[in-house]
Amino acid sequence: MKRLLSALVPALAPALIPTWMLALALLPLSAQDQPQAFVGARIIPVEGPEIENGVLVVQGGKILAVGGAGTSLPAGAVRHDAKGKVIMPGLVDSHSHIGSPEGADSSAPIQPEVRVSDSLNLRSATVMKARAGGITSVNVMPGSGHLLSGQTMYLKLREGHTLDALAVGRLLNGSYLGGMKMANGTNSRRATGPFPGTRAKSAALVREQFVKAQEYQRKFKEAGNDPKKRPARDLAMEALVEVLEGKRVVHHHTHRHDDILTVLRLSKEFGFKVVLHHVSDAWMVADEIAQSGVGASIIVIDSPGGKLETKDLRMTNGAALEKVGVLVGFHTDDPITDSRWFLREAALAVRAGMSRQGALAAMTLNGAKLLDLQDRIGSLKPGKDADFILLSADPLSVYAHVEETWVEGARVFSRADPKQRLYAVGGLGASHDTDDLTHLMALEAEETYQ
Amino acid sequence: MNRLLCLLTLSTALPAQSLAVRAETLYTAAGPAITDGIVLIQDGRITAVGRAAQVKVPTGVVVKRAKVAIPGLVDGRSTVGLSGLLNQPHDQDQLESSAPIQPELRAIDAYNGRDPLVAYLRSLGVTTVHTGHGPDALISGQTFVIKTDATEVTHGVLKAQAMVAATLGDGARAKEAGKAPGTRGKQIAMLRAELVGAQEYARKLKEAEQGKEPGRDLRKETLAQVLRKELPLLATAHRAQDILSLLRLAKEFDLDLVLDGGSEAYLVLAELKAAKVWVILHPTMARSYGEQENLSLETAAKLQAAGIPFTFQSGYEGYVPKTRVVLWEGAMAAANGLGFDATLQALTLAPAQLLGIANRVGSLEKGKDGDLALFDGDPFEFTTHCVGTIINGRLVSEGEETRGSAR
Repeated sequence: MKRLLSALVPALAPALIPTWMLALALLPLSAQDQPQAFVGARIIPVEGPEIENGVLVVQGGKILAVGGAGTSLPAGAVRHDAKGKVIMPGLVDSHSHIGSPEGADSSAPIQPEVRVSDSLNLRSATVMKARAGGITSVNVMPGSGHLLSGQTMYLKLREGHTLDALAVGRLLNGSYLGGMKMANGTNSRRATGPFPGTRAKSAALVREQFVKAQEYQRKFKEAGNDPKKRPARDLAMEALVEVLEGKRVVHHHTHRHDDILTVLRLSKEFGFKVVLHHVSDAWMVADEIAQSGVGASIIVIDSPGGKLETKDLRMTNGAALEKVGVLVGFHTDDPITDSRWFLREAALAVRAGMSRQGALAAMTLNGAKLLDLQDRIGSLKPGKDADFILLSADPLSVYAHVEETWVEGARVFSRADPKQRLYAVGGLGASHDTDDLTHLMALEAEETYQ
Repeated sequence: MNRLLCLLTLSTALPAQSLAVRAETLYTAAGPAITDGIVLIQDGRITAVGRAAQVKVPTGVVVKRAKVAIPGLVDGRSTVGLSGLLNQPHDQDQLESSAPIQPELRAIDAYNGRDPLVAYLRSLGVTTVHTGHGPDALISGQTFVIKTDATEVTHGVLKAQAMVAATLGDGARAKEAGKAPGTRGKQIAMLRAELVGAQEYARKLKEAEQGKEPGRDLRKETLAQVLRKELPLLATAHRAQDILSLLRLAKEFDLDLVLDGGSEAYLVLAELKAAKVWVILHPTMARSYGEQENLSLETAAKLQAAGIPFTFQSGYEGYVPKTRVVLWEGAMAAANGLGFDATLQALTLAPAQLLGIANRVGSLEKGKDGDLALFDGDPFEFTTHCVGTIINGRLVSEGEETRGSAR
């Protein structure tokens, strides 16, 4: 309850957080005051070299210290023996569909006012499975069937089932911190209705809306402080202005080489911040992506194909982008790949030529950078959120299990707990929503609309 | 029966070669691992397996070195070659939706060995694939077995007819309202009626005087093969209740049942064991939703512990990834209780035994085909590479195609 209240009250914004963003007070004020020390693990801080026989100290939801065996423990620290384990930052999934998100409907191809936060079922088993996979921060997005399908939401997978319990923050207008989902290529094309039928039309429709948003933005600026001169509030335009002003990063689904370049052109034309998602043909246009300075959130799939736009998908995308200096993160696109084997993507990218260091950063710090959250998450560094995972073996090994997942100093998953273990390995009930009624209602709906 | 023999003789092997493989660790699937082992292949067949010191490689035979060598992987159930990479109507031949029961459809009539996914699997160590008609029809058609280096079905076919594929549950429901089968009860009723019809047909054929035989019915002919246990019924089912329905049906008609999928197999281990049924387990990393919502990463380990024979599959995928890879599906099971040795068996000798081709493939033994997969480390590790695939002594791929599409 404390957490909920504090979430609604604008906290004092630390220097790191831009003034247009409200920081949420994240922590219940209880047990977390006692420092906790994890001793003896191999620590992969991501920023800085790996530490054999290391020590990680956390307190009040933040990292206090990371170091070697000689690191002194604060008085009264709870000691956790982590010998034989590996500790690394919690994983950052920059593109996921856990929590049954829904965005825009089929009435229009561009719907910036729609918020994914208004659809999330945070009791979904998919959320628990993400914790079991070591994911601590996640960008939950609506689908790619629209040129613009709505506002995404950044979550931290703390305990709890409400938006406020899991939110990373809010914008001043009350919407939850997140990005804007866009798509081009075939997914957002349709033969009928108000949707584009070609690639050029797709770009034209997007351009039209951004021009409108620029107008809206201009009128607002010209009105200054005179409310009478302001244009009537338009929630869609408001959201697009947030994009134009860099308050919302565009997370852009794109596969084919030419579609990738179209995204880069549009981003330059209107000056919005963008992250390329999926980027199946990245290896073909790696240099162009590098020149643009835009980051990429990529996915590793077991085989190419399944749709025309992924016929040339390569596991080498990570290596190809890393080589030319592009900021690369990974995503699960859960349920396209399951959150529980997110680390496997990094491992397969290494198999295909990416550096180990690059791949581990891509799972963590780079993901944080793609979401503009690098000051809070993504590496084990004093002052950052105490988001980390304990693994039974090297993170790139098939034999490694996520044993524990910690978010802001609280354990949110433990493989030793049989109930939670179910979400890690599957079995009877592992995919039911924790709210069985939701499941039944979904079945009923399926029958009705068949 | 004569026709079956004809089909078998259609296919010949591709030009075989002589080659020796020398591996730091050689897993034969027929005995303990051999340190510094050699497999000698002459004219496509294995002529010797043993420690390097004990096997004499004839002059002129090339020695290929590898860190780890294993038997070529046998994919227990796939749709590659029928369900193509592009996933467009023109390359999807795994499911004919014009009728719910079409056992007469033969995989050999639909297989495209040049589809890039075949080469993709081959580059990851798969040398033999049991592929054909997919799930999602009550009876969708037949499967067959072919080597992955065969670009045409005139080569490399190990079994022209392997099994008859069936599905129970949601997948088999008619897609249109008012069409059969709309319910589980109807599905079993239709299968029963079909099998009874085939029994009748077989009886009439047997009892008829010469010249008075009933007209040929290809559909019933195929099901009569199933009733004679010449062809197993490969039935896809995930829920425990559907698995038990299949066991009842198999008992009623004395069928050779092979369970495909089996997401909830761990709930009915005793029943499966008593029925002596093989399981071709769903891909370990299959998506857990719908009828597969209860699948577990530990099912393979549970089947193993219960003594139920099983193998892995790449399966059928309707979207991305268009195919899975048995190497990786096995690896995930290995890390979830199955362990290295049992996983290797389930990827090699076990499927060969299930498919009735263990005299040819599945282990590295004298007299068998020279089919191997070579790795630069533990084959199941994510970061290891398949560095060579050998079929009948020919190096058919060198370096996996995780680095690019297969064209």
